[in-house]
Amino acid sequence: MATAAETVVRPRRRRSGLSERRLAALMISPAVLIILLVAAYPIAYAIWLSLHQYSLIHKGLSRWSGFENYSTALWGDQHQAFWTAFKTTFIFTFISVGLELVLGLAMALAMHQAFRGRGVLRATVLVPWAILTVVTAMTWKTIFDPDLGFANTMLRALHLPGGHVVWLGESGYAMAVMIFADVWKTAPFMALLLLAGLQVIPEDVYDAAKVDGATTWQRFRRITLPLLAPAILVALIFRTLDALRVFDLPYVLTQGANGTTTLSLEAQQTLVNNGIIGLGSALSVLTFATVMLVSFLYIRFVGGNIRALAED
Amino acid sequence: MGVVAAERAPAAARTKGSRKPRFGGWLLWVAVVLIMVFCLFPFYWLINTSLKTGGDLSSANFVPPHPNLDNYSSIFKNDAFVKALRNSVILGVTTTLIALAVGAFAAYALARLRFPMKFLLLAVILSITTFPPIAIAAPIYKLWSDIGLYNRSFSLGLILPDLTFTLPLTIYILTSFFREIPRELEEAALVDGATYFQSFRKVVLPLAAPGLVTAGLLAFIFVWNEFLFAITLTSSADARPVPAAIAFFTGSQQFEVPLGTISAASVVVTVPLIILVLLFQKRIVAGLTAGAVKG
Repeated sequence: MATAAETVVRPRRRRSGLSERRLAALMISPAVLIILLVAAYPIAYAIWLSLHQYSLIHKGLSRWSGFENYSTALWGDQHQAFWTAFKTTFIFTFISVGLELVLGLAMALAMHQAFRGRGVLRATVLVPWAILTVVTAMTWKTIFDPDLGFANTMLRALHLPGGHVVWLGESGYAMAVMIFADVWKTAPFMALLLLAGLQVIPEDVYDAAKVDGATTWQRFRRITLPLLAPAILVALIFRTLDALRVFDLPYVLTQGANGTTTLSLEAQQTLVNNGIIGLGSALSVLTFATVMLVSFLYIRFVGGNIRALAED
Repeated sequence: MGVVAAERAPAAARTKGSRKPRFGGWLLWVAVVLIMVFCLFPFYWLINTSLKTGGDLSSANFVPPHPNLDNYSSIFKNDAFVKALRNSVILGVTTTLIALAVGAFAAYALARLRFPMKFLLLAVILSITTFPPIAIAAPIYKLWSDIGLYNRSFSLGLILPDLTFTLPLTIYILTSFFREIPRELEEAALVDGATYFQSFRKVVLPLAAPGLVTAGLLAFIFVWNEFLFAITLTSSADARPVPAAIAFFTGSQQFEVPLGTISAASVVVTVPLIILVLLFQKRIVAGLTAGAVKG
């Protein structure tokens, strides 16, 4: 590396395109090599494995099988498990990201208003984000414990309905707890992203609207929302990508019981618990494809930012 | 852009201090209190549980009736937990250092040097951060079993899979930080006879230190939190990092959950992270907005 740096001829540095390119290649190649090794190669290998019948339990029984694993997952023996996981993942994603947006926006607006408390508030809001997801899941599992949990004890003490519900033991409720835990952890994060968007809206726009007699609601509806729309959209896609990959929450809360098995969990369990590498890989590739479709939207949307970073 | 906005806005707010809140003052304070309770209550509950022992665990008291640190002393005698802490520290530090070292060079080239296909490279790098980890886990699980990296002590088998996400994240954050360092400073160094490499080491790196801290913190937090690889690629206490160890405590016995000790363990692994996040909150928010919704 040092030799390449020394070969840069000083007086012609900006014009010597070749050495600049060579230096760039040298500086980037370690990263590119690692990325090829840890991202490109595993994906390619996953696709390769998904085209084989291969199980850890029946060692040596590995054979090429074309798209058999995919047909098993999509309409064969396993189609019910796959489509259930697919549906679960999307229901979870839509509801939790939707709630996160509403709650995150409300929190961001409050934080934007609260001048004196803003520092403390911003610190507080980072706490759920800083807590490990596994710990988050564990904590909510404790709180929603049917006998000893805080939730049921409170409900019973206040004579409210639901005090005897086994939250994680019934399918609708288990999903609700999972969504609740996710919203708790990530709505504050959403609020921070939206707050950054709110802070760049110039104050005079509001002042002008006030002079014209616009009500609070009108100002929110006609100024805040449209100007915040790009930030909202990126935050939405960003959170959607995260929610579609959800794994930690169902794993710890229910181990996938009661209608909480998501795509990632289904694939992981096929792989590890059942040792079916071929089908597990096919499920992983299907999950990957689903997420990457959304990711493509995301990249297209933030394309302007990337281009700004890439321009000379 | 995001970085600049986050720094500038509070100053703007201060000069506008006389401005009346847009909706009733008391309503705002109710909202503030609600947000704080919402964010802090579960963590409070965790601490509360961790200070209870025996029969108190089955009560939902807001304050432990007989607070004591027995759970804490018992987890530090628990071999599995101590090993998990050790593994996570080793894994976090190693992965973060590799990501920073490799990522800083790549990010400098992306931010400063002219070469073709830069846009494509950045787009690929950003899209890797959105990969579902399971897509990597399946082949790595098979591969690691074949070459003996599966369930390696000190979480050694987790460094490479964790780099899949931390390296692209680091590169992306550092690229946007490097771009905000004025080019003139470097050019001055070059005119004074420094090589590109020298100007990178002596001028850019010191100025980029805040960016390195931000990217390093986010990478470390990612590794500390990472769960799917942790649970898929390990099967014994020697190899498990913290999240896997905690999940293993929880999942093992459905009916006799050692609630007090799990809570204590959770508090122990969370508190350092919360302290880090609070100390560096501005940096972290800037880094997150750079990575997620920059501009």
